Amino acid sequence: MNSPSSNSKNRIRNRFLNDSPDSSSASYPNSSAGRYQSPYRRIAVFGGVYNNHFALEALLEDSSRQGTEAIFCLGDLGGFGPHPDKVFPLLQAGDVQVVQGNYDHSIGNSLDDCRCGYTDPSDNYYAKLSYDYTFAHTSDRWKSWMKHLPSELRVDLGRFHLLLCHGSPRKTNEFLWESTSSTHFLEKLCREHQADAILATHTGIHWSRRLPENRHFVNVGSIGRPANDGNLHVWYTMITADDDRLNVEFLPLPYPYKALAKEMRTEDLPEAFVETIETGWWTTCMEVLPGKERRRGKW
Amino acid sequence: MSNYPDNEIAQHPLLELQELDYLWFQVAGTLCNLKCNHCFISASPANNKFGFLSLETIQQKLEESVGYGVKEYYLTGGESFINEEMIPIIRAIMQYGPATVLTNAIPITQDMAFEMAEIEEESIYSLEFRVSLDGFTPEMNDAIRGRHSFHRTLEGIRRLVHAGFLPIITTVQTWPEEKHEEVMDGFIHALKEVGYYRSRIKMLPLIKIGAEEARSGGYSESEQVTTDMMKDYDTGQLICSNSRLISDKGVHVCPILLDYDDSLLGDTLDDATKSYELKHKACYTCYMNGAICSNPSSGSKALFT
Ligand code: SF4
Repeated sequence: MNSPSSNSKNRIRNRFLNDSPDSSSASYPNSSAGRYQSPYRRIAVFGGVYNNHFALEALLEDSSRQGTEAIFCLGDLGGFGPHPDKVFPLLQAGDVQVVQGNYDHSIGNSLDDCRCGYTDPSDNYYAKLSYDYTFAHTSDRWKSWMKHLPSELRVDLGRFHLLLCHGSPRKTNEFLWESTSSTHFLEKLCREHQADAILATHTGIHWSRRLPENRHFVNVGSIGRPANDGNLHVWYTMITADDDRLNVEFLPLPYPYKALAKEMRTEDLPEAFVETIETGWWTTCMEVLPGKERRRGKW
Repeated sequence: MSNYPDNEIAQHPLLELQELDYLWFQVAGTLCNLKCNHCFISASPANNKFGFLSLETIQQKLEESVGYGVKEYYLTGGESFINEEMIPIIRAIMQYGPATVLTNAIPITQDMAFEMAEIEEESIYSLEFRVSLDGFTPEMNDAIRGRHSFHRTLEGIRRLVHAGFLPIITTVQTWPEEKHEEVMDGFIHALKEVGYYRSRIKMLPLIKIGAEEARSGGYSESEQVTTDMMKDYDTGQLICSNSRLISDKGVHVCPILLDYDDSLLGDTLDDATKSYELKHKACYTCYMNGAICSNPSSGSKALFT
């Protein structure tokens, strides 16, 4: 049997074939959703890059030190930060398998907004600013690549069948917050989608819950901005299968945040965004937070 | 196909329940400590058309809801807190999932607020309060919600905030769009006066049925949802596609149409999974505004429309 990592390497090389994403969408084996992959033992998973290429670079280094067999990104590559085009070569270099987020779907399909799912006008105001910036600074070839990303991936980790998606398996921009997702609701999602564990992101705050019958839900969080916890680092998730146990570890990820803040200012991105990077507290798009999560923040 | 009284040929869409994500409890029926002139179910101290829900009924429905994978629970009235079993009801719900209580906050004492804070602390879920306030001055609010209600509601908000909650202030938009910022500033200032510095405010559209219909004349003839209008429309925004409401009479399609006999779909959640025809004028408000009853944390807009 081939080692999982060599399998994964071949597959991903293919997906980034010729470094020319728009040459043919068929060159990306990843674009057929629902396919099981070789069983892994230890994988790194993250979401919400939000153009934070500094954190992505740090993640690639850190996860290889941690002995991960494959790396998965659950989407939302753009938004918030500077220079969207710096993200893609890093994903490629790290053999990262990517699920399409609502941002990637919107940018890829040239939609008029990010379809983030906010309902509050002030949340939407800031979402629009970052969307317009990302759209204007993403090159066409990567837009086309994002358009063809799969909306979900199936991965085997030990004996566990994992479903990797962006918001939820039923809706890409669904918010699954820890304090507003009942356990029986999460169980139903696992049952209906035949998964032992569902891995999602979209909210920007990581959490996990062990469900009855050894099922799991994991929100892997985001590496694009701090988790509204007053820390300057971001977080990613390491998942290991150990016989009958699935271990979920949230790992803090320091990165050169000052360099990011500097680039954001040079690009004239809103000062409120930079403040989040420099303080670890969210200052925008907060109306969407449920009470418990909102109270843990500063604003 | 339904027959319309005036033989109109307008065809209204039939909407399926896609998922049962949100279960509402009409916990105080139509009984309220106030008598607001825009109330779409005409709740008042004297309106006992719908009565209180008991803890026992709620417990039964909670059990029933598990099989449907209900994600969140909402409690409404009338005024939710005039049901004296509210605290045990909230405690029971928080064992199953997150709860949101719609209230004018007037009956909430400081002790109750502290006790509810403890319940939330012990649960993994959020306990949210949606407090109705329809103006940032007594003149503006009390003209709609009754004398002295402004100060009494603000005192209730103060008690909730003192216990650590961040209530969502809901306000029905009765002012023109160009005044929006001025009004928001007014609310933010009024809330700071009672110690609420991180205010969360949600604007709601007017629903022109019930007391509001009597006040303003209701909807015009053209304000209705027809089958043609559903093309490319994200039906997930309509709460009847993902919610049902329990009253003391049974299970209804949504909290808005409680007063209409045909909103009652049956006794059990199973009975109430059937489709519903969007034939009432209030459906037009939902259609135009979407997500009017959910919390902002639920999000709304679909991806592919
Ligand atoms: S009033 Fe709104 S929620 Fe109720 S049935 Fe009509 S559209 Fe659906």
